[in-house]
Amino acid sequence: MQSITPPAVSGFDEMFAREGAVRPHYSSYHGWLLGQSKELLHRKRQEAELLFHRVGITFNVYGEESGAERLIPFDVVPRIIPEQEWRHLEQGTAQRVRALNQFLDDIYHGQEIIRAGRIPADQIYGNAHYQPCMQDVDLPNQVYSHVSGVDLIRDGEGTWYVLEDNLRTPSGVSYMIENRRVMMRLFPELFAGQSVAPVEHYPSLLLDTLQHSSAVPYPTVVLLTPGRFNSAYFEHAFLAQQMGIELVEGADLFVKDGFVYMRTTAGPQRVDVIYRRIDDDFLDPLAFNPDSMLGVPGLLSVYRQGKVVLANAIGSGVGDDKSIYPYVPEMIRFYLGEEPILENVPTRLCRRPEDLQYVLEHLPELVVKEVHGAGGYGMLVGPAASREEIESFRQRLRARPDNYIAQPTLSLSTCPIFVEQGIAPRHIDLRPFVLSDGRAPRMVPGGLTRVAMNAGSLVVNSSQGGGTKDTWVVEAPSC
Amino acid sequence: MLSRTASDLYWLSRLVERAENTARMLDVAWNLSMMPFVANPRDEMIAPLMISGSHELYMSRHDDVQVREVLHFFTLDQDNPGSIFNCLRLARENGHAVRGKITAEMWESINSTWLELKEIRRGGLDQYGASAFFDWVKKRSHLFRGATYGTIMRNDAFRFLRIGTFIERADNTARILDVKYQIGTLYGVPSGGDAMDFYRWHALLHSVGAYESYRELYSEAINADRVAELLILGAEVPRSLRSCMQMLCELLPAIEGRAGQTAKRLAAVQFARLQYGDLEHVLDTGLHDYLTDFLRRINELADTIREEYLEVV
Repeated sequence: MQSITPPAVSGFDEMFAREGAVRPHYSSYHGWLLGQSKELLHRKRQEAELLFHRVGITFNVYGEESGAERLIPFDVVPRIIPEQEWRHLEQGTAQRVRALNQFLDDIYHGQEIIRAGRIPADQIYGNAHYQPCMQDVDLPNQVYSHVSGVDLIRDGEGTWYVLEDNLRTPSGVSYMIENRRVMMRLFPELFAGQSVAPVEHYPSLLLDTLQHSSAVPYPTVVLLTPGRFNSAYFEHAFLAQQMGIELVEGADLFVKDGFVYMRTTAGPQRVDVIYRRIDDDFLDPLAFNPDSMLGVPGLLSVYRQGKVVLANAIGSGVGDDKSIYPYVPEMIRFYLGEEPILENVPTRLCRRPEDLQYVLEHLPELVVKEVHGAGGYGMLVGPAASREEIESFRQRLRARPDNYIAQPTLSLSTCPIFVEQGIAPRHIDLRPFVLSDGRAPRMVPGGLTRVAMNAGSLVVNSSQGGGTKDTWVVEAPSC
Repeated sequence: MLSRTASDLYWLSRLVERAENTARMLDVAWNLSMMPFVANPRDEMIAPLMISGSHELYMSRHDDVQVREVLHFFTLDQDNPGSIFNCLRLARENGHAVRGKITAEMWESINSTWLELKEIRRGGLDQYGASAFFDWVKKRSHLFRGATYGTIMRNDAFRFLRIGTFIERADNTARILDVKYQIGTLYGVPSGGDAMDFYRWHALLHSVGAYESYRELYSEAINADRVAELLILGAEVPRSLRSCMQMLCELLPAIEGRAGQTAKRLAAVQFARLQYGDLEHVLDTGLHDYLTDFLRRINELADTIREEYLEVV
């Protein structure tokens, strides 16, 4: 018999409704769960860890002893989303990515949105991710963000919000796939019992997207990694292998006569599409950071001539910056003539004096983030912070208000996970992945569910000890 | 195949082979050093330093050639780039870089070798026992080769792994033969019948695992000329120079693409010299000169493979 710790009364739980009743899409799983012993789940979790170690799904954490490899904690309880609800999320995220791609194309061309007065010009030009070298460069299919990760959360009422967009090198998709594989090995009976939408075809969709992004027939596609000391190296190797393409480092590529080539045992081979998992600044030491050992000298000039495709495009980061985020609903209206399907979290820009005033007065209840930050670094979670932390943050905020945004502390929904004491609720988010190549955006159902492993914690980032769980999109029970 | 990948595979197997050969060479030297007729055990330990060309490095850090120090220098010494410890550490790093190109069983073999080696190093060579350690290294190398042979696809990855093995093995067999022959000549008659001479050549055959082959092929006392013939020209002996060159001659042309014309030619020429060579020619040239020439050629081939396949510009 399972001991199940009920969720907090105030929040939204994925499995249990307020009165403790099991939500319909979880009824089948819940029934199964009640019949499992704690020992069995414990054993299954150990088995899962063994599988992850064997496949080598490890994660390098910056700042730890070099070469330290760690598993991202994996939870055996799936996060289930009813199919109908997924359709809503799918439409909402795809809509958002369509608008963001049009925004990037506009920003690097006619800048209609600035001229229409919908976004202040200095928000673009002053943005660290805006790349002047991309001005008036025409990209195939006008696509900038081929692979986008949109982070979704839900508040205490269960309403979905977009927390942030990731248009540079969003990671985590390998965990989505491996989590599913492990779940199917551990609990095959669960998959026989209900129809869980498959996700394992993601690499073939990705390859198709990358191939379609080039005008060259049968293009040669490679994945460019910073190397094996990068935190996401496992994912780079995994995706390259699943797509059957070469995993290359900067030194494997070179530029000659206006094209990019890779060094192979059969001589130089032309490269048409580079799925790069390296930041803009490190791509080309001649154009950006001259100290970069990771990039390819001369790559930018070939790129600007349209002789190679980079996915995602250089300069895409201007679209996912936290200071641009508040304007995304406006972009959707401006470019698509549609109302946003998914809402933004209400956000205050500290660069605005009235917003700054409000934020300084309400620090203990707000989440404050650096506009260019990522991975949960450099942020203040007001309700969880000590008085000293708040005061030191206040000083930083006063010194550089334009570097910060603030949002209300949304509680994040909870989902049960398996812990030593049994089953207990933990906060989660969701990152679906959107593939764009000029045709309608494509997604596999679900995405990566990240879990804050400590009770009450709201930080789900894997770099900060967060875990993951399998995400199921299931057909509604026919009743 | 990506040149870097080919290079990582090549060095992965080359370093495993080097670790194995180092263990074989030390095993023999150490056993000989304990023989009653050896005036000074230290004299026998000079041979491995000469064979590996690390005499200077050793002497820069030690005052004298001592059995225990030499054993440590070649096995678990972190500061000797050619120690077994460093060979296997680097082999594992190369394996890690090409995990997507090798099988899970190959990776698990090289990875667990590394993990065990770290444990052995913690306890020290004295605790583990030198003989047991040499056997362990040989076994781990056999295991890796077996996992490779039994699981990997017959593609360029397999070929570059094999090329690394045979380049390293040919180099090693030539060196060990050269040094033993020089020491043999130094101490007494090269093909005499005294006990010391017998044990010396006996030990050399053991070190390259060819003792049984000798017994089967020649029904005569073990002597220097026959040993040289077997290890240079022997068609049936897997560690002979001829066998190594034959494998390289088969592997290089099988690699996809048209690169590597020079490497293929050098390998073919050298194989022909061995295939159609005879002992008389070797002895006329002088064994030391013959082997010096061979080492120059095998190194030229290795350099050419590097230029034509592994770092293509």
